[in-house]
Amino acid sequence: MSNQTKINAPNRLTEPPFVRGLLIVVALIFIALFLVVPLISVFAQGLNKGFGVYFAAIRDPLALSAIELTLIAAGIAVPLNCLFGVSAAWAIAKFDFRGKNILLTLIDLPFSVSPVISGLIYVLVFGAQGWLGLYENADKPWFPWLQNWLNNHDIKIIFAVPGIVLATIFVTFPFVARELIPLMQAQGRNEEEAARVLGASGWQTFWRVTLPNVKWGLLYGVILCNARAMGEFGAVSVVSGHIRGSAGSLGTNTIPLHVEILYNEYNFTGAFAVASLLTFLALITLILKTWVEYKNRKLSADDADFRR
Amino acid sequence: MNTSSEIVATRRLGAKKFRVLPGFKLTLGYTLFYLSFIVLIPLAATFWKSSTLSWAQFWQVITSPVALAAYRLSFGASFCAALVNAIFGLIVAWVLVRYNFFGKKIVDSLVDLPFALPTAVAGITLATLYAQNGWIGQLFVPFGIKISYTQLGVFVALTFIGLPFIVRTVQPVLEDFDSEIEEAAASLGANRWQTFWRVILPTLFPALLTGFALAFARALGEYGSVVFISSNIPMKTQIVPLLIMTKLEEFDYAGATALAVVMLVISFALLLLINLLQWWSNRHNATNLA
Repeated sequence: MSNQTKINAPNRLTEPPFVRGLLIVVALIFIALFLVVPLISVFAQGLNKGFGVYFAAIRDPLALSAIELTLIAAGIAVPLNCLFGVSAAWAIAKFDFRGKNILLTLIDLPFSVSPVISGLIYVLVFGAQGWLGLYENADKPWFPWLQNWLNNHDIKIIFAVPGIVLATIFVTFPFVARELIPLMQAQGRNEEEAARVLGASGWQTFWRVTLPNVKWGLLYGVILCNARAMGEFGAVSVVSGHIRGSAGSLGTNTIPLHVEILYNEYNFTGAFAVASLLTFLALITLILKTWVEYKNRKLSADDADFRR
Repeated sequence: MNTSSEIVATRRLGAKKFRVLPGFKLTLGYTLFYLSFIVLIPLAATFWKSSTLSWAQFWQVITSPVALAAYRLSFGASFCAALVNAIFGLIVAWVLVRYNFFGKKIVDSLVDLPFALPTAVAGITLATLYAQNGWIGQLFVPFGIKISYTQLGVFVALTFIGLPFIVRTVQPVLEDFDSEIEEAAASLGANRWQTFWRVILPTLFPALLTGFALAFARALGEYGSVVFISSNIPMKTQIVPLLIMTKLEEFDYAGATALAVVMLVISFALLLLINLLQWWSNRHNATNLA
């Protein structure tokens, strides 16, 4: 009797076995075709002339200077956007003010801008023809003193390192903020207010109460921000000017731009060897992301247990 | 929420508002300064630069045959890619939430690969894979189908880029789905297909549409993964971001800016639409699952 109901009842609450099998197979083929095969092929193409060629491509001085520039750009962009994210989340989650929704939309804006346009906007501000461009070339000088100062000190922004850093900051702008804002909004203000009433200073409240509550969300945002900062291609390509670095001087090529140059020179093995570094970065990002998600879920489950 | 407004209200000294938590002016001020400096002023520069063209010149640039062909390809390929992702993304999300199979955790993590993998790497990899001598491309040669360096290649790259959006918007809704609703449908005599078609799919629909719009918006602006797989031939395989890049390389800043303004307006309209969709989706789920 009980067997009979067991066989009949679930039929309407799940799919027949062959449909389940079919759906799993379709999903796996789709994932394999679009994700697994490309992943394997990066390494296969990079190693197709052996480890010697692979490591030679990575140890090439041009590759090393590209790696250095990528680390510099991410090293500036990630902390700045992190500071911004914390500051924006504090203002938005802990206080009420008018125009909050507009501010939230504006913070998300860079995600909806095409990478090419993200680079272009900085060319239009700082380029030779732009607002703050070379004094003698600009159509209408807007800030002559600033332009003079930049010219006199021979500071270039576009087709130079500062432009690359700015473009990187723009494309990774919302990552930390959009992780922290919903998290801090959900946590409310009670704990911070209690800390203040008990005599903690503003900084103590932030470091001892807020930060421990949001640390996994913050880490999550930083991981995603860093992955994008190191991998950004379109925006950086527009502002870079493709100046190759060498052992002594830093060019304007980041790792993705170096990959492009090698590929366009038909040095496919070299291109994929350097690309494999970025692929490692992507895999590490995915592993860290999964780990943080697991930690976060565990934390909120513990929290729920505690509150019960 | 209540306590804080109560505290603000009770501690109000004359006209001056007293807040328990410090740092409002500092953090909001810094947020607005940084936002203006990095995002708003440079974006305004784009609109300012396009105003150096007369309206007639602007119109001529944005409606030139090359531009029209680029819009058509950008919109068409993005739409098809988002549609394919909507179908397969739904299947992937369904399988990940409802079934158990070997390697499920790995597949779940791997779905985010297009977010994590730099677009240039995706671009050269897809171009090589789908070339006529590539691992996947050679399978299509006997049928006379070329993928890399054609419009089909653009579609493949945009599908890759959009894959996580649908899965990641549908997955949480499916996880929160109340099994009682399905049980009610089944006990009222619906078969499995009817339950899916009439009960589950309508609940998922707003999330599915949001994911579709996100994937579509992302595909419209995509550059890095397309530039290698597209041969960038004007009128044929040139998408709008590639056309903007070509204009920049020719130092036609005004032309590039005019096209950028068109794309920005479209992206902002899509952003608005997506926000409305998300709002609808949240409300829809709240009423359905409450």
